Amino acid sequence: MAQERKAAIVGIHEYPLRVAPGVSATNVKVDSIRAAIADAGLKWGDIDAIYDAQDGEIGGGLQLAAYLGLRPTVLDTTQVGGSSYEFQAAHAMRDIAAGKCNVAVLSYGSTSASNRVAIGTGGGRGVGGPPTWQGNMESPYGATLIANYAMVKQRHMHEYGTTDEQFAGISVATRHHAMRNPEAVKAMTDLEFVGVNEITPADVLDSRIVADPLHLLECCMISDGGGAVVIASADVARNCKKPPVWLIGGGEATKYRENGGDITTSAGAQSGPIAFGEAGVSPDEIDIAMIYDSFTITVAVCLEDLGFCKKGEIGDYVADARLAFDSGEGPALNTDGGGLSSNHPGMRGIFLLLEGARQLRGESTSQVPEAKLAVAHGNGGLLGGTHTGGTVILAKD
Amino acid sequence: MAKRPQPRFPEANTEHFWEGAQQGELRYQTCDDCREVVFYPREHCPQCGSGNLSWNVSSGEGTVYTFSVVRQNRMPGFIDLGAYSVAYVDLDEGFRMMSSVVGVDDPTKDIAIGQRVKVEFEDQEEGDYPIPVFRPI
Repeated sequence: MAQERKAAIVGIHEYPLRVAPGVSATNVKVDSIRAAIADAGLKWGDIDAIYDAQDGEIGGGLQLAAYLGLRPTVLDTTQVGGSSYEFQAAHAMRDIAAGKCNVAVLSYGSTSASNRVAIGTGGGRGVGGPPTWQGNMESPYGATLIANYAMVKQRHMHEYGTTDEQFAGISVATRHHAMRNPEAVKAMTDLEFVGVNEITPADVLDSRIVADPLHLLECCMISDGGGAVVIASADVARNCKKPPVWLIGGGEATKYRENGGDITTSAGAQSGPIAFGEAGVSPDEIDIAMIYDSFTITVAVCLEDLGFCKKGEIGDYVADARLAFDSGEGPALNTDGGGLSSNHPGMRGIFLLLEGARQLRGESTSQVPEAKLAVAHGNGGLLGGTHTGGTVILAKD
Repeated sequence: MAKRPQPRFPEANTEHFWEGAQQGELRYQTCDDCREVVFYPREHCPQCGSGNLSWNVSSGEGTVYTFSVVRQNRMPGFIDLGAYSVAYVDLDEGFRMMSSVVGVDDPTKDIAIGQRVKVEFEDQEEGDYPIPVFRPI
C-alpha cells in the first residue's frame, strides 16, 4: 500500500508534574488541551473531534464535550487501558482521512500518585463491582497486576533462556534517558525514588522482587500526570506553528488467555504488521521505539512482536546498550525515560505519542540526530491475560 | 484456613463450574458441534459460536505452564499470606486455568514450569465454595 499523509500530530503537551496534590484529573486534561492547542497555533473553537478514554472525574466523552464547551462532529470514547491513545490516534487518522473532522484532540489526566492507587499490587482482579465471568474464575487467586506480567517473564525465561541481566538492560536504557530529562528527574525525586541516578543491571537485580521474577526496578512508577495531543488534517497541519508529525500507519488488536496459547506473544503480533503494512515501512527503518514500558517484560515481548527481532531473541537484541539514544545502533527506546523512570499515571499510551512527536520535531532531551520514523506501541490491560495492542507509526515531515 | 475471595452470583457462565467445586469436581465444557474444549466456562463455543455445550469432569491433573510468586499484595485476604503462588495450569484435557500451587515448603524455590500437579479443593474460612488449587504430584 502506498504511504498516505492525511493526518498529523500538530500540537502536544505533557503535564510537567508527576506529583500534583490538589489538582484534579480533569484540571490536568483541560490544562493540557489548552497548552497543546497553543502549541499547534490553533484556536479552542477549531477542535471538532474529541477522543476520550473516559478518565478523570468528568465522566466520559459526552461530559468532557459539555465541560469544554465544544460540539464535536466525532466523539470517540475508546477505552482499552493504556493503549487507548494509540487506538484513538489510529481512529483520528481514519476519521480525518474520511473527512469526518479536521482537528482532533486526545487528552489524559490522572492523580494516581496523590490518590495512593496501588495499581500493581492491589489485586485479586475482578473483586468489587458486579460479578463477572472472568472475575469469578480469577479473583480467588490474588493475581496482582504485576504477577500477571511476571508470569509472562517467567515463561519467556523458561522457553528462550532470556536472563534477568538481559531484561535489566531495558531498565538501564530508560533510566539513562530519564536522567537527561529534567521532568523525569523531578518525577523520580518527588516520588522519592531510592537513588535518582544512572543504574546498572546489578542495581536492578539487587532491587527487591515484587512478584517473581520481576524486580522493583523492572516495574513502572505510579505518578500523577497526563497530557494532550492535537491531530489535524493535512490542510490544517500545513498552517500550524510546528512542523507536522505525520501518522502513516495504525493497527489494533486484542489478545487473551487461551487454551494452549503462547503467553509470550502479545497483541502486538497482530497490530504491528497492520500498522507497518499501512505505513509501508519496516521495523529496521525505525529510529525511535516508544514501547509501553509498564514492565521490562512488556518492552521485550512487544519489540519481538513488532518484528524488531525474532520471538525469543530479545535478550541478544538488547545487549550492548543498543536501546540507548546514543548507542549509534537504534532503535532508541523511550527517550523520555519511559514509564519506568519518567511518567506512568496508569495509562501511559499518550506519552508514547508525545515523545515520538518530540523526537520527530527535534525537541527531545535525548534527541536522536536525523530521527525520521517512530513507532508508538501501547499495551493495555494485562499482558499475560486479556489485553490490547495499539501500534501507530509516525513520520517526520 | 484460607480466606480467598469467593465467586459471586448471579453469574450464569460460571455457576455450574462452582457447583462442581462444591462436589469436588473440576468441570469444563466441550462443544457438541466442533469438539472444541471450552474454558473459562461460557454459554457459547468461542471457536464456532455454537450454543451446544456439554459439561465434563476433569481428571484434575495437569502441568504448570507458568507461575509467579506474589511478594506484595495490599488486598485483604492475601495481605497476611506471605509469599504465595499464582499459576496458569494446563490440564491434561486441554484447558488452561489460573490457580495457585500449594503444599510446597518455599513457593519461591519449589515450583517450576513443567511441574506435574493435581487439583484439590481448598476449604475457605468464609463462604460456600471451596477453591480449586493444585499440589505437586
